Amino acid sequence: MSELTLLLIRLAFLAVLWFFVIAAVGVIRTDLFGSRTTPAVAGRKVPKAVKPMVKSRKGEPRQMVVTGGPLQGTTITLSEAPITIGRASDATLVVTDDYASSRHARLFPQDGQWIVEDLGSTNGTYLDRSKVTRPTPVPIGVPIRIGKTVIELRK
Amino acid sequence: MSTPSVEPVPLPAKRRVAQLAMLAFAVVIVMGAYANVGLAIDKQVPAGMLTYGLGLGGFMLAAYLVLAKFAPWADPLILPLVTLINGLGLVVIYRLESAGMPGASATNQLVWTGVGVVLFTVTLVVLRDHRALQRLTYTAGAIGLALLVSPLVPFLGKEINGARIWIGVGGATLQPAEFAKLSLVVFFAGYLVAKRDVLALAGRRLLFIDLPRARDLGPVLITWGFSLGVLVLQKDLGSSLLIFGTFIAMLYIATQRTSWVLIGILLFVGGATLAGLVFGHVQDRFTVYLNPEDPALYDKIGGSFQLLQGLFGMGQGGMLGTGLGQGHPELIPLAFSDFIFAATGEELGLTGLMALLMVYALLVERGLRTSIAARDPFSKLLAGGLSFILAWQVFIIVGGVTNLIPLTGLVTPFMSQGGSALLANWILIALLVRISDTARRPPPQAIQDEGMTQVFQR
Repeated sequence: MSELTLLLIRLAFLAVLWFFVIAAVGVIRTDLFGSRTTPAVAGRKVPKAVKPMVKSRKGEPRQMVVTGGPLQGTTITLSEAPITIGRASDATLVVTDDYASSRHARLFPQDGQWIVEDLGSTNGTYLDRSKVTRPTPVPIGVPIRIGKTVIELRK
Repeated sequence: MSTPSVEPVPLPAKRRVAQLAMLAFAVVIVMGAYANVGLAIDKQVPAGMLTYGLGLGGFMLAAYLVLAKFAPWADPLILPLVTLINGLGLVVIYRLESAGMPGASATNQLVWTGVGVVLFTVTLVVLRDHRALQRLTYTAGAIGLALLVSPLVPFLGKEINGARIWIGVGGATLQPAEFAKLSLVVFFAGYLVAKRDVLALAGRRLLFIDLPRARDLGPVLITWGFSLGVLVLQKDLGSSLLIFGTFIAMLYIATQRTSWVLIGILLFVGGATLAGLVFGHVQDRFTVYLNPEDPALYDKIGGSFQLLQGLFGMGQGGMLGTGLGQGHPELIPLAFSDFIFAATGEELGLTGLMALLMVYALLVERGLRTSIAARDPFSKLLAGGLSFILAWQVFIIVGGVTNLIPLTGLVTPFMSQGGSALLANWILIALLVRISDTARRPPPQAIQDEGMTQVFQR
């Protein structure tokens, strides 16, 4: 085995090692720029049915962000499923907060809007400044206050 | 009432294919490294390449299948990153073994890796919901302390190389501190979730930092006392620094208060200075750290010989390294355990070391990312604490080997030869995978039309 071959192997090995790191970063990339969750196959099959739906969804929020309180920074990607917030361990967003009830509030989509509903909590749920007394639509970027936790919907 | 949509709800991707591809890539890199070692030493592809490569590949495939079955939503990168680090460790140990270094045994390490994967599996299968650990907060604390002090028990404990951190069970020896640290992280997470508010809110403001109340200093002082106890009684600088640092970091994550970090650093510096004045072994480490080039220290037993050999090795490696199998890492004492980082540095050079550190950094990043994505405070703290302890361990040993901080005997996670550390770290990874599975799992889907009552599929 000549010196030159060993040198080439050595350089190739280091290059491959770095390529692994870059490939790993590539897998993470979706974390930063969001992932396209719809599988490509489904998109090809029904492109016409999907397209208008996507268009009409433009104004809809895509994620829920916790902007205040101990869980600050948590984001939940919105799907069609309702989101429950409370101290109960089966809630979608579990808050440990003496001012929150175990089943405090619920967020659910209806006709392209997200609705917030207070589930009979002790200390109430506030949409911006007003107390939520019946299911109320949530505009994008308006804070919802639950105990010490503040959440808002974002595109 | 709206008509139920026929379109299935789009789910976040599991990215299982990416995971399998990265895993295969990692195994291929490791096999390439084996071949490289053999080509350089015997001028032929070593006979063991297939055994080791397929052995590692088989273990990792098993781990992958377990992951796909029991934690399908887990982060796709954690397992491939661990595989690469573990595999590179195996290669370096194999290389040292073929250079005739006594004590280095790649076969042993491969067997321990297999046992590690088994423990990984058991943890994932038994622990379906890591939040169950929150109920065991104080039990975990008690177990952690018991494990930590177990080497001090007469007849059970053993002193090897000047540190009393081993226990002998039958013929085998075990380092209980490695498992104690996992237990303690669980305890810290559970404890801080319960006590966070009082630690974060009570107190008064002085100049620019919020000082906590004097009585809330209790837990910090107790942990500090225990770390010093470990330092003094077991002569184990590494574990002491590891446990106290992790506690302070988790306290900071829980309360977002800088004053805790300052108090922690002051306590540690105070304690270390005191220990340095009173106890010889701490003083020795410090002298070596300050003047490694001193000829008297170099020749002294327990002096700077090992550290300098490591530094010489890394210097010999330079930017690109001497190439696998072409350096002399066997000249560094304990190159297969504490100094494996220096041995790797000699053969892979700065370029290789940086890639290795990047892999560690990505692993820690995935852990912290899991912590951000987790939806309840206990999971957040647990994932944050586990990632931090991994990063902190790498920092302490790499900092020690490169003489950035005084050298302490800690293992390089997943690389150093030694069963206890490998097993404990595989359990750590299983916990992280479990938390990340829960965190990335999409919220429960309604399986019927919205009505007065809802049925959830969980």
